[in-house]
Amino acid sequence: MVDLGSVEAIPPAETADVELYHPKSWLTKYVFCQDAKVIAIQYSVTALAIGFVALVLSWLMRLQLAFPGSFAFITPSSYYQFITMHGMIMVIYLLTALFLGGFGNYLIPLMLGARDMVFPYVNMLSYWIYLLAVLVLIATFFTPGGPTGAGWTLYPPQAILEGTPGQDWGIILMLISLILFIIGFTMGGLNYVVTVLQGRTRGMTLMRMPLTIWGIFTAAIMALLAFPALLVGAIMMLFDRLLGTSFFMPAIVQAGEHLKYGGGSPILFQHLFWFFGHPEVYIVALPAFGIVSDLISTHARKNIFGYRMMVWAILAIAILSFVVWGHHMYISGMNPPFGFFFATSTLIIAVPTAIKVYNWVLTLWRGDIHFTVPMLFALGFIVTFVNGGITGLFLGNVIVDVPLSATMFVVAHFHMVMGVAPILVVFGAIYHWYPKITGRMMNETLGRIHFWITFLGAYAIFFPMHYLGFMGAPRRYYEMGETAFMPASAMTLNIFITIAALIVGAVQLAFAFNLIWSLFKGREAGGNPWRATTLEWQTPQTPPGHGNWGKELPVVYRWAYDYSAPGADGGFLPQNQPPAAPASRAAA
Amino acid sequence: MAIAVALALVLIVIGSVAFHLLSPWWLTPIASNWRYIDDTIVLTFWITGAGFIIVILFMAFCLFRFRHKEGRQAAYEPENRGVEIWLAMVTAMGVVALLAPGLLVWSQFITVPKDAAEVEVVGQQWQWSFRLPGRDGKLGVSDTKFVDSDNPLGLNPDDPNGRDDVVIVGADLHLPLGKPVKVLLRSIDVVHDFYVPEFRAKMDSVPGLVSYFWFIPTRAGTFESLCAAFCGVGHPQMRANVVVESEDGFQEWLRKQHTFAQSSPQTTKAAARR
Repeated sequence: MVDLGSVEAIPPAETADVELYHPKSWLTKYVFCQDAKVIAIQYSVTALAIGFVALVLSWLMRLQLAFPGSFAFITPSSYYQFITMHGMIMVIYLLTALFLGGFGNYLIPLMLGARDMVFPYVNMLSYWIYLLAVLVLIATFFTPGGPTGAGWTLYPPQAILEGTPGQDWGIILMLISLILFIIGFTMGGLNYVVTVLQGRTRGMTLMRMPLTIWGIFTAAIMALLAFPALLVGAIMMLFDRLLGTSFFMPAIVQAGEHLKYGGGSPILFQHLFWFFGHPEVYIVALPAFGIVSDLISTHARKNIFGYRMMVWAILAIAILSFVVWGHHMYISGMNPPFGFFFATSTLIIAVPTAIKVYNWVLTLWRGDIHFTVPMLFALGFIVTFVNGGITGLFLGNVIVDVPLSATMFVVAHFHMVMGVAPILVVFGAIYHWYPKITGRMMNETLGRIHFWITFLGAYAIFFPMHYLGFMGAPRRYYEMGETAFMPASAMTLNIFITIAALIVGAVQLAFAFNLIWSLFKGREAGGNPWRATTLEWQTPQTPPGHGNWGKELPVVYRWAYDYSAPGADGGFLPQNQPPAAPASRAAA
Repeated sequence: MAIAVALALVLIVIGSVAFHLLSPWWLTPIASNWRYIDDTIVLTFWITGAGFIIVILFMAFCLFRFRHKEGRQAAYEPENRGVEIWLAMVTAMGVVALLAPGLLVWSQFITVPKDAAEVEVVGQQWQWSFRLPGRDGKLGVSDTKFVDSDNPLGLNPDDPNGRDDVVIVGADLHLPLGKPVKVLLRSIDVVHDFYVPEFRAKMDSVPGLVSYFWFIPTRAGTFESLCAAFCGVGHPQMRANVVVESEDGFQEWLRKQHTFAQSSPQTTKAAARR
């Protein structure tokens, strides 16, 4: 028997810093770079650029819906190509890539006090494969037949049949691009997860991590589990299209001709797609949840309310989101009793999600709220997210979904909850971390104009759209035509929505201008302009240099939310501030 | 700025409620027995609407009340177990209040009455076809492999039950008022979805399987059916009419329709010779 009392505490295992790869040339410093911060910027710029393409596509489809037949270049085929590419780009190539590849790469090492990701070389490859996926996707615009117009869900059999736009090259390249994206993401995702688990500096326990990292970390794990379902779906569909297999293809007669398919199941693809697709919603949402928690806490100068509950809520949402995919398929023809299970699991998710909302709002309670541009976007997110979240309670409750599914209500719901809401967080996060990334502040006046028009405009676009859905207007119609139950006033509403969409789209140019202008003309930011506690604001240099920290890694003594903490004299205590803070006493 | 944001939130709440009350765009007048679905929607509106109004107005209050002023210091309160648990419980109760009636109505929705008359709806790019059982009251077996120009719905010519089936291609479907209908859905090419907004019910028709839903038409009239599953460039044009009329009118219409034996003479005669 060992007398435990006499055993001395074992010091934590210390491994020597592994020497980082030091770039030797311009090419390895700025292009084929292994520094997570550069990779983050590469990811972000690529994602925002391709997102801008998707924004223009949304303009085109809105023009068609408000003024059908007025634009010669918008044919039914091209309309469906626009909606397909818009959806796919926004969900995968913009939001997923930006939150995980962009913010994940920039913030994980810096917020955890690491010098870099644990696998820098793989991290670099991740970006270049992502870029290749984007280029393959863009290439479909220039192939004969153009990009696929199968709808972003790519449901077979339609996706690979004659008569669907882009049936020739569009769908093949789309599937290849998705496969590439998943390969690239897997490299990055493993990196994010392992870095969080292994790369934290001394004192940075899991329960001291900022919620931003909790969100990104959990989303990365989810993506590693969810994307494989899409991967096999894409590969099997590619086989169906190129090799004539029938994984998803039953016997089909098209235009009087018996096709050489038979025995496959279209619903199988839907299960694979949504087994990926629903967690995907939270892969986008959880980083947004995390980031917005930190923005609200920092700019309200108050600790996030209920930190532990916030962490558990993130984990509960992550686990539950893997057993709710069937709520996308209530009217798919799957076995009807599944509805009981999926409706129950879906509505249970509302509880941890609502807890997050309450805790954001309760963080404002008795705060000291600074209405900075990042804070404005964070507040806008809460409104939009609450609105989009409660319409999820309509669609998740299986019987209510029956009349509303496949209508404009669904379009309004998911744009509100996973389009507008996360994008507002993206903007808030960029305004928040831009000073650290570039050393300069973004212009505040332009930022406020950007916020007000984007926030109110997006609400004006998507709130009324729900009511078209209540009335029964189906989605994915390039024109409603003569429809008995639709009053003429519905067209007026469509025109209103389109005008709002054009304005909201246009104001993004002010954001793009601000991004570039502030790079050269922005006010000098200093190291910690928001007086924030987290480690990325405590770097010796701004922007942080290669290796992030000086000779010594920072040591963490406290959680990330010591704003207005006792002993902080109305200020804040950075995470690396030792207890019995002599520095703050000296300042006082 | 604090006042502007707080005011904007209040106006969003007022505007949203006003829009909801004044909007001319709302559920179409119902024409089926699924009034409970509408009731569940309205219930959901009450519960979630109350949540929305409370959260956003509370937020607006906080933004105004706790806006930054010289000398303000935020409170330091990492957590409050009591408040957190209480809020979680209230939310859970709201969820139960939504889910319980929802699942109850769903169980009715998927439990087809025994006396429901079967009607088949077949989707193909881009038109709806219909089939009703003949005098025997039974629909004959079908399979996509039997589809040809003479037999567009792919009925098995060797199944005697199918001979008297009424086949309707490119014309309206009539249904008798007040009788439960079980709609069986098939597709011979891609996924479609038979959707009449006034009936509230809808379901995908998927190639390779037969799906279903049921309802009772409760209002006479002509209702437009749409396709609610994206099925290619002709998707918005895939329409048909469903005429709900009295039993007498329905029987008179039915007598004028062609049976499978009449509409597909080559197929059925060839089968008879075998």
